[in-house]
Amino acid sequence: MTFSLFVEQVFNGLQLGMLLFLVAVGVTLVFGVMNLVNLSQGALVMMGGFLLATATKATSSYWLGLPLGIAALIVIAMLIELLVLRRLYARPHIDQVLATFGLMLMFNEGAVMIWGRDPVFMAIPAALEGSVTLLPGVAYPIYRLAVTIFAGALGVALHFLISRTRLGMLIRAGADKREMIQLLGVDIAFLYLMVFCLGGVLGGVAGMLLGPISAVTTGMGDPILILALVCVVIGGLGSVGGAFVAAMLVGMCDTFGRVLLPQALGAGTGQAIANMIVYLVMAAILIWRPAGLASR
Amino acid sequence: MNPMFRNTILVALAAIFAAAPWALDEFSLNLVTRMLIFGIAAMGVDLLVGFAGLVPLGHAAFLGLGAYAAGILTDMGLESAFVVWPLAIMVGALGAAIIGGLSLRSSGLYFIMITLAFAQMIYYVFQSLRAYGGDDGFALTRNTFAGLIDPYDSRAFYFLTLAITLVIFLLLLRVVASPFGVALRAARDNEARLAAVGLPAFGYRLVAFILSGALCAFAGVLLANLTGYITPGYGSWPQSGELLMMVLLGTAGTIWGGLLGAAIFVALSEVLSEVSDHWMFYLGLLIVLRVLLAGGETTKLLKRLDPRRRADG
Repeated sequence: MTFSLFVEQVFNGLQLGMLLFLVAVGVTLVFGVMNLVNLSQGALVMMGGFLLATATKATSSYWLGLPLGIAALIVIAMLIELLVLRRLYARPHIDQVLATFGLMLMFNEGAVMIWGRDPVFMAIPAALEGSVTLLPGVAYPIYRLAVTIFAGALGVALHFLISRTRLGMLIRAGADKREMIQLLGVDIAFLYLMVFCLGGVLGGVAGMLLGPISAVTTGMGDPILILALVCVVIGGLGSVGGAFVAAMLVGMCDTFGRVLLPQALGAGTGQAIANMIVYLVMAAILIWRPAGLASR
Repeated sequence: MNPMFRNTILVALAAIFAAAPWALDEFSLNLVTRMLIFGIAAMGVDLLVGFAGLVPLGHAAFLGLGAYAAGILTDMGLESAFVVWPLAIMVGALGAAIIGGLSLRSSGLYFIMITLAFAQMIYYVFQSLRAYGGDDGFALTRNTFAGLIDPYDSRAFYFLTLAITLVIFLLLLRVVASPFGVALRAARDNEARLAAVGLPAFGYRLVAFILSGALCAFAGVLLANLTGYITPGYGSWPQSGELLMMVLLGTAGTIWGGLLGAAIFVALSEVLSEVSDHWMFYLGLLIVLRVLLAGGETTKLLKRLDPRRRADG
């Protein structure tokens, strides 16, 4: 592996890790605060991609399409919470798994009904086209770099939101002692709605960012959801910091596994193990720490 | 349920199942066989969901393990079902022992997600088997029965599946009523007390996990023989979700609920897919509604049909 390839892969790994973090943080927040398993997060990732593609086409501007798409995402997330999830908080996990699985089927097939089965391709916004020279001899696409930076900035903003603001305080309190903050007069239903919207929009934004990199297709959120669930489990359910570390680890393992393993073990075996590497890492971490990295 | 009522239902069911091969065309008969096969898998999943209180989101992996083991063994020249099937089921049980041993260290949500992750791992193994078609899968020559049964006769295969399902159903009823079943439920309800009595919850759960994995593998073997084709899709995670759906549709914690749920699910997807190309949407909608409209609708319906209950109001 040459140095330039190595640098490129580090950036690819960072990018995958950041995107996974955006998706995983939604799942882990919803679990931490509401004690709910949400398999519909993958559907929101996909909706993000489709909404941005449609909004961009309608306004013929990526920069107008972005806020429109996010607004539409917020509406969808609110509808999901108000109509379905709200009724599931006190239910056993199997009900939550099945209802959100059902939602996922509805969204995936609903997207087929609206947008058809063919992948929707999105252009990279003009301002972010081309590539930039990171180091002498190492060129990297600007858009991918922008995605990583933007996702990273969102992560930092989220950190401040959770650790420094009143909403963040309520979120942390809600995760720790649900009944207590309810007794203190906090509108818990509203807090839950906010948390779900926040998580859902972050997932949807990940889908939007992915749009121009890989085409937007129905079911595009499913594999991402599964990887995000792995991050959530490795990081420790409900832990945002844990999800971040896990997402970086998964992003790097997956990216480097796909490059190095086929070289080391031959195309067939290497690719097979590269597909599994994330799960192998997860199994190893769980044998070491059954409740994830964030547990003590 | 009152015994008279129950017996009437049982006799009626037996008559329906016995008459099915003559009343139905081949396509519909295969559909009923499919219901029975998924019923076996769903009963196995119900053992975990309904009795051990654990929700596995990766049992399709065992369906796939059974199918692939059967397919590969058959491809290697073993044809007899008497050899291939037990071996394939053992592969499933072995897989379940390993995955169960690792996943049962956790519970609740962790268990859901860890079983899902292990199933994904196995799914990618199937996908990477280039010699067996990779992503496309491969065809299976149906296993033979030393000339006793013609494996290509739909009726014969239906009756074979029916007999297997019935035996498994009765065995499972015994299992959940046995001291083992009691301990399993005790572990679900109060693990600390079970431990205080000196019984290991982990051991009971692991045995239940292996048993349910083996049942799913058996279903995988049967399904592969029915369809004559094996793909990685057998072990995909939506398939795992569907197995849970079947258990819930039929009512968890009853064993027969698995059979009922599988029948409803197979019938539902068949009817919906004929009505609309977008049947998955309506299936999803039905599941969401089913969960939201409280639990046990099917059971309630059955209870309402029960004359004694109705008299009680």
